[in-house]
Amino acid sequence: MSFFGKLFGKKEKEDLDKGLEKTKDNFFNKLSRAVAGKASVDEEVLDNLEELLISSDVGLDTTVKIIERIEGRVARDKYLGAEELNFILRDEIVQLLSENNTVSLSGYETPSDVKPFILLVVGVNGVGKTTTIGKLAHQFTKMGKKVVLGAGDTFRAAAVDQLKIWSERVGCDFYSKGMNTDPAAVAYETVNYAIANNCDIAIIDTAGRLHTKTGLMQELSKIKRSVSKRLETAPHEVLLVLDATTGQNAIEQAKHFTEATDVSALALTKLDGTAKGGVAIGISDQFKIPIKYIGVGEGIDQLQPFDKQTFVETLFEQ
Amino acid sequence: MFQNLSDRLESALKVVKGENKLTEINVATSIKEIRRALVDADVNYKIAKDFTDRVKDKALGSENVLKAVSPGQLMVKIVSDELTDLMGGQAAGLNLTGNPTVILIAGLQGSGKTTFSGKLAHWLKTTKKKNPVLVACDVYRPAAMDQLTVVAEQVGAKIYKEPENKNPVQIALKGIQFAQENKCDVVIVDTAGRLAVDEEMMKEIADIKNAILPQETLFVVDSMTGQDAVNTAQAFNETINFDGVVLTKLDGDTRGGAALSVKYTVGKPIKFVSSGEKMDTLDVFYPDRMAQRILGMGDILSFVEKAQNQFDEKLAKDLERKIMRNKFDYNDFMAQINQIKKMGDLKSLMGMVPGMSKITQDLEIDDKAFVKVEAIIQSMTPKERANPDLLNMSRKTRIAKGCGRTLNDVNLFIKQFEEMSKMMHKMSKMPGFSGGGGQMPGGRSRFGKR
Repeated sequence: MSFFGKLFGKKEKEDLDKGLEKTKDNFFNKLSRAVAGKASVDEEVLDNLEELLISSDVGLDTTVKIIERIEGRVARDKYLGAEELNFILRDEIVQLLSENNTVSLSGYETPSDVKPFILLVVGVNGVGKTTTIGKLAHQFTKMGKKVVLGAGDTFRAAAVDQLKIWSERVGCDFYSKGMNTDPAAVAYETVNYAIANNCDIAIIDTAGRLHTKTGLMQELSKIKRSVSKRLETAPHEVLLVLDATTGQNAIEQAKHFTEATDVSALALTKLDGTAKGGVAIGISDQFKIPIKYIGVGEGIDQLQPFDKQTFVETLFEQ
Repeated sequence: MFQNLSDRLESALKVVKGENKLTEINVATSIKEIRRALVDADVNYKIAKDFTDRVKDKALGSENVLKAVSPGQLMVKIVSDELTDLMGGQAAGLNLTGNPTVILIAGLQGSGKTTFSGKLAHWLKTTKKKNPVLVACDVYRPAAMDQLTVVAEQVGAKIYKEPENKNPVQIALKGIQFAQENKCDVVIVDTAGRLAVDEEMMKEIADIKNAILPQETLFVVDSMTGQDAVNTAQAFNETINFDGVVLTKLDGDTRGGAALSVKYTVGKPIKFVSSGEKMDTLDVFYPDRMAQRILGMGDILSFVEKAQNQFDEKLAKDLERKIMRNKFDYNDFMAQINQIKKMGDLKSLMGMVPGMSKITQDLEIDDKAFVKVEAIIQSMTPKERANPDLLNMSRKTRIAKGCGRTLNDVNLFIKQFEEMSKMMHKMSKMPGFSGGGGQMPGGRSRFGKR
């Protein structure tokens, strides 16, 4: 049974099963092993727990936090049964994920009173921004929304073509000024296009950039400003795309992108490639930005809204 | 971000007061810190544990050997040596004996295969005088072939592609044929990104490999990869038994612990490191430098090497003498700027200095920043440049007019300059300023008090 298999409805689950059947033990199995044969939580159990959390990419800071809380509890209660550990851990994770419970839009809903809804997509190189945009556009279009994609990645070779192919595949509008043009201008014009053509949603792609490159991060701020220039309330969402296979650097990425563009939501891609959903916990703890979407496969339908309730339940299901 | 390991160890070792050598107790404390530092750097947890056990044995065995060094320094040295050892001794080369040589590129989605393929073609052309052809075997991702085409154009390499063909094995084979017909001596086969858990796609890459029998199979890994790097590397290795690893996106601020995980798990050499999006940013891998980066000690060796390549030795010596005597003036500053400009991207340079990566992170540095400063200095008279103390209000006003800046700008710059020269002077007196891990160009330590 895979870690993510239970995250989704029947249909979605079937979609996934094939890709996921190879993923290793789920979190709970590992946890059971960590406490196997133990009557109470001792040093060894905590060590095993630390290993479990860290190797699930939860991250050191968050892991230490969880361990310390459990240690505190052991010290207070003098005795803590191994099976209780399960509940406490679940408790902690639910808490961590709930702290950023700011948005509770189900599925792909966007606020009905905002039109056009402007979505700016940002992230480092190779995390899957364009693919995420394609999949989102597909979902929105399926819901009967009129969507336009703005080709704001004017830098990477053939990025504009890639987005154009997606727009054709999905059957939505496409706006581009070509390669090597000013991305801020493309963003501005995309908003313009969306307003003029009565679009419900405009999704603006941007070039991948490492968060350490100040100049490029400033460019991103500029893109955002130029969107606001055309439509004051926009962008209504800044979506940071993170690669789930990324390690602790994801935290740094989130930090710097938030500084540059006020990231309002996260998309976690390539979750099917890893048995480590733990990164979702770490990021939630370090950043109070909600995870909105998770990418669980290459198929056009395999971008799912993230539901933390199901997520935690899956984590601890036997 | 995270503290660097040396700091961590120093504080961990202070826990046991009065200890001036490594003992069972203080080693145990520091072992935990080392393990956490490694995990922070994305080294796989199990590997970190294994590794620290080895370090522990070494540390306890080395008791009393080096009484002069502080236990903290000794510990860092042991860790750094062990890590370097683990990362592999010599930088491994490419096997280019084939006729034509076939190089297969594989990896996860978004790891940077296509960009690396372009860089490799450029590297082969410029340093090995080869005539490479790029073969586009990513038949899945939209516009992947177009991307490779553009990249090929950028580096002036040939490209082989078949937009209508959905069979990568066929394309690869025909690509080799194309190379033979067109007198290309190296064939770089770029493939689609795939997840290690995707059985079908893994079979495809195995099929490609079996069909084209490459001399080199390179596995491309994003240096930001987390704990899963081990599983991915293992799965790819089992399927295609690759010959070497390529680490990409090292221009970010990741410590790159994935490099260690991969090396440790599959034992294959890391052949290239790649940073930046320009086509000439491919480097051969140096284990010791990577070790220091993982430990958060800064890439001082790369820095020094870069500096040595560009730095005028004599100038640097003069400068150092001046710093020591607190005689740093605007002429030196100007010379410094020119030196630095020759060395390339300032921020990445600063990041290589131990302890600096944290500072530069939040610092706004770009090369244009110098324009203002240069204008101000150029508006000074030669006398003023040589005697920073000379600058009074009337002179400052004149300078401001001369460079078209406000008096405020000029004042601000002068203040910064003064602070900087103070700091440099202070640093120059710090023990280990030019000793320790790397030598600053022309560096000598401690001159004593003036």
